[in-house]
Amino acid sequence: MSAPPVMVAMSGGVDSSVAAALLLEEGREVVGVTLRLWGGESDSGCCAVSDVDDARRVCDTLGIEHHVFNLGDDFDRHVVGPYVAAHAAGLTPNPCIECNRHVKFDRLLYRARALGFDRLATGHHARVSLRSDGTRRIARPADSAKDQSYVLHMLGQDQLSGLELPVGDLTKDEVRQRAAFLGLRTAGKPDSQDVCFITREHGRGDFLSRRIPLTPGLVVDATGAEVGRVEAIELVTVGQRRGMELAGATAPRYAVAVDMPTATVTVGSADDLLVDATPVGGFSWADGPVSGPVRVQVSAHGQAVEAELVGDSVRWAAPHRRVAPGQSVVFYEGDEVLGGATAI
Amino acid sequence: MEAYLDHAASTPARPEVVAAMLPWLAEHPGNPSGSHRPAREARRAIDDARDAVAALLDADPGDVVFTSGGTEADNLAVDGVLGVRGGVAVCGATEHPAVLDPVRLSGGVVLPTDAGGRIDLGALADALDAIADVRLVSVMTANNETGVVNPVSEVAALVAGHAPDAVVHTDAVQATAWLDLAGACRGAHLVSITGHKFGGPKGAGALVLRDGATVAPVLRGGGQERERRSGTQNVPAIVGLGVAATLVAADREVTAARIGTLRDRLEAGLLSAVPDARRTVPDGVPRTPGIAHVCFPGIESEALLFLLERDGISASAASSCASGAQEPSHVLAAMGVDRAAAVGSLRLSFGHATTDAEVDHALAVVPAAVARLREHAR
Repeated sequence: MSAPPVMVAMSGGVDSSVAAALLLEEGREVVGVTLRLWGGESDSGCCAVSDVDDARRVCDTLGIEHHVFNLGDDFDRHVVGPYVAAHAAGLTPNPCIECNRHVKFDRLLYRARALGFDRLATGHHARVSLRSDGTRRIARPADSAKDQSYVLHMLGQDQLSGLELPVGDLTKDEVRQRAAFLGLRTAGKPDSQDVCFITREHGRGDFLSRRIPLTPGLVVDATGAEVGRVEAIELVTVGQRRGMELAGATAPRYAVAVDMPTATVTVGSADDLLVDATPVGGFSWADGPVSGPVRVQVSAHGQAVEAELVGDSVRWAAPHRRVAPGQSVVFYEGDEVLGGATAI
Repeated sequence: MEAYLDHAASTPARPEVVAAMLPWLAEHPGNPSGSHRPAREARRAIDDARDAVAALLDADPGDVVFTSGGTEADNLAVDGVLGVRGGVAVCGATEHPAVLDPVRLSGGVVLPTDAGGRIDLGALADALDAIADVRLVSVMTANNETGVVNPVSEVAALVAGHAPDAVVHTDAVQATAWLDLAGACRGAHLVSITGHKFGGPKGAGALVLRDGATVAPVLRGGGQERERRSGTQNVPAIVGLGVAATLVAADREVTAARIGTLRDRLEAGLLSAVPDARRTVPDGVPRTPGIAHVCFPGIESEALLFLLERDGISASAASSCASGAQEPSHVLAAMGVDRAAAVGSLRLSFGHATTDAEVDHALAVVPAAVARLREHAR
């Protein structure tokens, strides 16, 4: 039996370009697809016309079909809308994770199946490990500096069974070398940064201010005494240092808590940020719920540390910085992802 | 089997057109604005084409302004008329973006249409009465997505009654292959056409002026086309446009009758084979024979087009944006087609070369593809 055909989600970046090339080298039938998600301003990321052009020209070079799917309605509904709503509620959302959860590995994955492609590949730096019991998990990639297992934590068995991550075994340097060797125009293209629907020029504050009212807030210390002001309480993230410094103070200050109803940020020292446990909710699991000792990672490029998952609480083995509410908390066993949740 | 069913996007050039163009690519270098023999030969070639295009509309050949295509002709009509006459432009909501955008940019008025996408004559009369300085009314002869035909001569009569200072433009790009333009565009002062929608090449179109209509140039420079459109004429493409105009005039009636039968068979077949399928255009609304337009609730046309392509069928849905992604159709929105139905729309469009076998293939493939997508719907 020949290898199954595969649809490759191509962002116009080097990783997905090489992913398509590697699958083609396996002798597979490969079709490239670029998602059109955002009709507004964009620096780059997934949605700029120039990125669609890059993906299409890479497919031309490889000699494979390229299609563009407009999933803009889904992106608005599941990513941009919730992003804005989360900020309005004082949370710190992660739109890339919601895009993976609702758009790439839901809408696109199931559309691929409807179109006869039971396999979907992306250029993420991560691996899909197959365990002896036949279940699959997302696992850390060859290049730990580019590890994207954190943003794929929501994938369950149904999605993992059809997922291929061809560049997970390569370092980023190897990816670029392969792209250059193949003459792909994306070989030297910089990595995309930040949120694709927010431009560097105008920024997050401008984006949000066009959609929700931004509320000026008070900055207080642990005693409740006012020590400063912020322009927009919606833009403050727990753990943030910038903008929290006090005139004349020597020790660094951080946002320790954000209270939306009173538009108040409480600041404190680095020690004040430490907690013994973090409440979480909205779990997703690779293969059923897990509890007890796990390693826990709270940012895309953070370290996983020891903790115990007890009910809806992550109990840290050693005091841990507060996790901004809205951020993803991902559970690992060794190099494998067990699942994830959202900090409350 | 391959079935090219996207002639409303572009038709193949007819063999006679290609043969007529070839010498003007390699053998004859002349610039029609020059004075030596090669230049005069080129001038003669484009003037023969001018005669052929003028004949489509019973127009004076001297009032045929060659352009790079339909978009430029539409832009020249709107901006060129406002440039000479000032005032306000008015059009319907289902116009091609080549008309809509210049009208909007100039501060013009976009009017609602009826459920067939035809300009609402009552709303037009009201607008002409309410706005003192309407100088241009643009109403397309046939719509590019649905093929629906507007009553251009009725519009012209209405404009003459309510706004005698206004001129009427019609974008006849999608009508040329199917309708006798002289009749269908009667009363319009400016008519846009383009070659590649009726067996000519891409890159040559025309704005035809009638009844003394004038336009200020949009492209400025050497003063070609009687100071109305500067730039060296695209001689090979214009030659091809002329040949295509002559050929389409000769066999249009026969082709339209044959294709109309095919189109009706295709639509009826799809409607009977696909549950809940419906014609996008309400029954009784006049349209060209060249387009079958159907909505399949519960699916997305983007996915359908992917499956059709894998079975050799080239078709389209709404217009495509710069990235190639499908954008929601402003035409269907103006017709009041709800978005859920519009996202499952399919346009299959025909040309003089379309065969029975291509339609048979579509009838075999489309229902199965819709059924597959509905099975996988979540």
